[in-house]
Amino acid sequence: MFHYLTLAALLFSIGLFGVITRRNTIGILMSLELMFNAVNINFVTFNRYIMTDGLTGQIFAIFIVVVAAAEATVGLAIVLLVYRNWRGIDSDNYAVMKW
Amino acid sequence: MIEHAYIIPLLQLFAFVLIVFFLRWREPLSAACSIAMIAIGWVMSIVVLIEMIGCHGVAYEAYFYLTAFASLNFEIGILVDPLTAVMLMVVTTVGGCVVIYSVGYMKGDPRFSRFFSYLSLFLFSMLGLVLANNFFMIFIFWELVGLTSYLLIGFWFEKKVASDAGKKAFITTRIGDLGFIVGLLLIAVYTGTFNFGEVFDKAGAGVIPAGVLTVIAVFVFCGAVGKSAQFPLHVWLPDAMEGPTPVSALIHAATMVAAGVYLVARTMPLFVASAEAAMVVAVIGLITSFIAASIGLVQNDIKRVLAYSTVSQLGYMIMALGLFGYDSAHNHHSAGYVAGTLHLMTHGCFKGLLFLGAGSVIHAVHTNNIQEMGGLGPKMRTTAITFMIASLSIAGIFPFSGFWSKDEIIATVQHHPIFMFFTLVIAFMTAFYMWRLCFLTFFGKPRDQRKFDRVHESPRVMTWPLVFLAFLSIFAGWVALPWLHHGYSSFVYYGEIHHAGPNYLLMIISTIVALSGIGLAYLIYYKQAISADRLAERFKPVYTLLYNKYYFDELYDLILIRPLMAFARFMWTFDARVIDGLVNLTGSATILWSDIKEWFDTWIVDGAVNGIGWLVKQCSAVLRFLEPGRVQFYVLFILAGIVVAALAKFEGAFIAARWPVLSAICLAGLLVLGLLTRFAEAGQKEIQAAADAADMNAEGQEQ
Repeated sequence: MFHYLTLAALLFSIGLFGVITRRNTIGILMSLELMFNAVNINFVTFNRYIMTDGLTGQIFAIFIVVVAAAEATVGLAIVLLVYRNWRGIDSDNYAVMKW
Repeated sequence: MIEHAYIIPLLQLFAFVLIVFFLRWREPLSAACSIAMIAIGWVMSIVVLIEMIGCHGVAYEAYFYLTAFASLNFEIGILVDPLTAVMLMVVTTVGGCVVIYSVGYMKGDPRFSRFFSYLSLFLFSMLGLVLANNFFMIFIFWELVGLTSYLLIGFWFEKKVASDAGKKAFITTRIGDLGFIVGLLLIAVYTGTFNFGEVFDKAGAGVIPAGVLTVIAVFVFCGAVGKSAQFPLHVWLPDAMEGPTPVSALIHAATMVAAGVYLVARTMPLFVASAEAAMVVAVIGLITSFIAASIGLVQNDIKRVLAYSTVSQLGYMIMALGLFGYDSAHNHHSAGYVAGTLHLMTHGCFKGLLFLGAGSVIHAVHTNNIQEMGGLGPKMRTTAITFMIASLSIAGIFPFSGFWSKDEIIATVQHHPIFMFFTLVIAFMTAFYMWRLCFLTFFGKPRDQRKFDRVHESPRVMTWPLVFLAFLSIFAGWVALPWLHHGYSSFVYYGEIHHAGPNYLLMIISTIVALSGIGLAYLIYYKQAISADRLAERFKPVYTLLYNKYYFDELYDLILIRPLMAFARFMWTFDARVIDGLVNLTGSATILWSDIKEWFDTWIVDGAVNGIGWLVKQCSAVLRFLEPGRVQFYVLFILAGIVVAALAKFEGAFIAARWPVLSAICLAGLLVLGLLTRFAEAGQKEIQAAADAADMNAEGQEQ
């Protein structure tokens, strides 16, 4: 169990690091996927070792996969629009979420 | 038909409304409408009169209550008795003739239709006045008559004299009306009703104290003095001659001026109950009659002579009525009531004819001055003959209608020597000035050849009414032939029937007086046996006094108008200086106060609001560095928040002990972070700009 959780924590941290530091929006989206999967691993792990008689964690993981796919669709659509508007997908380009 | 008599005035009102709203631009139609309505009214009046005679003069009264004020009822209703029936007859007859005559006289006038609408409105008011059954209603119509007479006298308002004359007539009669309204209020106070019958019953029964009754009667008589142009309010009538001549005929012969006489006759019970008031009436009538007749002797304006003649004849009627009241109060028999109302009727006919004849003459000669006329007789045969018939009638020559009514008046005054003397003198003067007029106008040589050459007889529409009225001038008085046992005196009477029978002595005296007046006029103005100029020279002071109408206008100007004007001017100055000053001061004070409030608003109230805004803005200027606008920073903040939350969870005590320091460190860190990003951004922009410039160069090189 410890190994699984360590793996998940590492994945999550890598994802978080990616989200914060990547300039490229596509990169940010990919890092987000890493974080989702880290969470998935956690769910599955806890289900396997703590709530052995249920499938809640696995089902939740599957839901997250589905939602992540939907989220990726929406995110890519937004990226497309951003590209059309700014001729680029650097997240610095649209640093307009203030005031 | 008697119970439908109210339709007669309403028809005239209908004509007025119709002309004003629908027929204004169709002149023949509006005249036709006016004529048709008065014609229907005339026929109805005849029927009313016949029915009245048929039922032996039993009065008919119908009314409903309009409204009540306290215990005072305001009624609308009609009262038809012999007096009313006769008045209806006179008004519709003369009115009808005048309306028809006006078609010719007003031909080509730019306000032709308006003239007929006014005539109809006037006839409505006059007929309403005659039919009214209470003081309240009679007062309303009284004022309506005043209004329409103002409109008609000032009809040619482009002429200053005409509009001035209209104003003079209106204001002068208003003075009398003031007395009238005081009388009405006194009646209302003392009897609590306006109805003629009830008021007279109470007056006869002694409900009103004798002194008050006298005051009431005199005040009511004031109204008659104004309307009937009695001394001292007679000054408006001669000036009113500035109106179109048909108006003069209508207003100053048969109707408006008759209203005053009618009022005295109608309110006779008040005068019978108060001998003093009746004596006032008689004396005023005599003075008026004498003054007006003497002024008439020397005037040169044909219409003014007729106007003074009218005033004089009205004075006759008023005097007869006043003497009747006086005699009745002392339980003497008197013919005054019959004489006054009969003379009102015959005078309406022959004076209407005289005015219409004068109008015909003026229409032909285009001047009012009789000194510029002369010799018109052969050229205007109909006008001349009818005019002379009327002159004979007014002079009181047997057997014209004026003879019979004047005979009744003389019979009234026969027991009062002073009145008798002056009445005969006035009769002499009347005959003289009327025939002076006739001789100067129709006989002799033309004095102004240029005007004479253009003279022609008036159109038929104007001469027919003349002929009709001439017919009445001869025969209207015959209803009162003293040999008739059921004549006028047993139809229109007050109290009990008093039938005197013929008095041949009086008839002979009055005929002699009239003939001598005509004879003197004949000698002076036809034969020129006595020079008029020499006479004027001989009696120069008297002549000047008469020629200037006893200086009444100048006297009123001096004692009334000038002080009034001075007072008005003083009030105007007072207004301009004091009242306006006060108003302006208030205005300035308000402006000053508003300025203070504006300053307070701008600096204190707005200042507070703006200050708060400014403060918030300054605070946010600092805080906004925390909002760099980059998604990643927000994520970083979330992470930091989670770390802090985790620390709080697991190292709560440690943080709680040092939270000020820690939070300060956190804030400072955030600020530094924000500032850093700001600088980073700026640097990035420079880099970007450099890159862009490079791109541009590259593109430029490519091209």
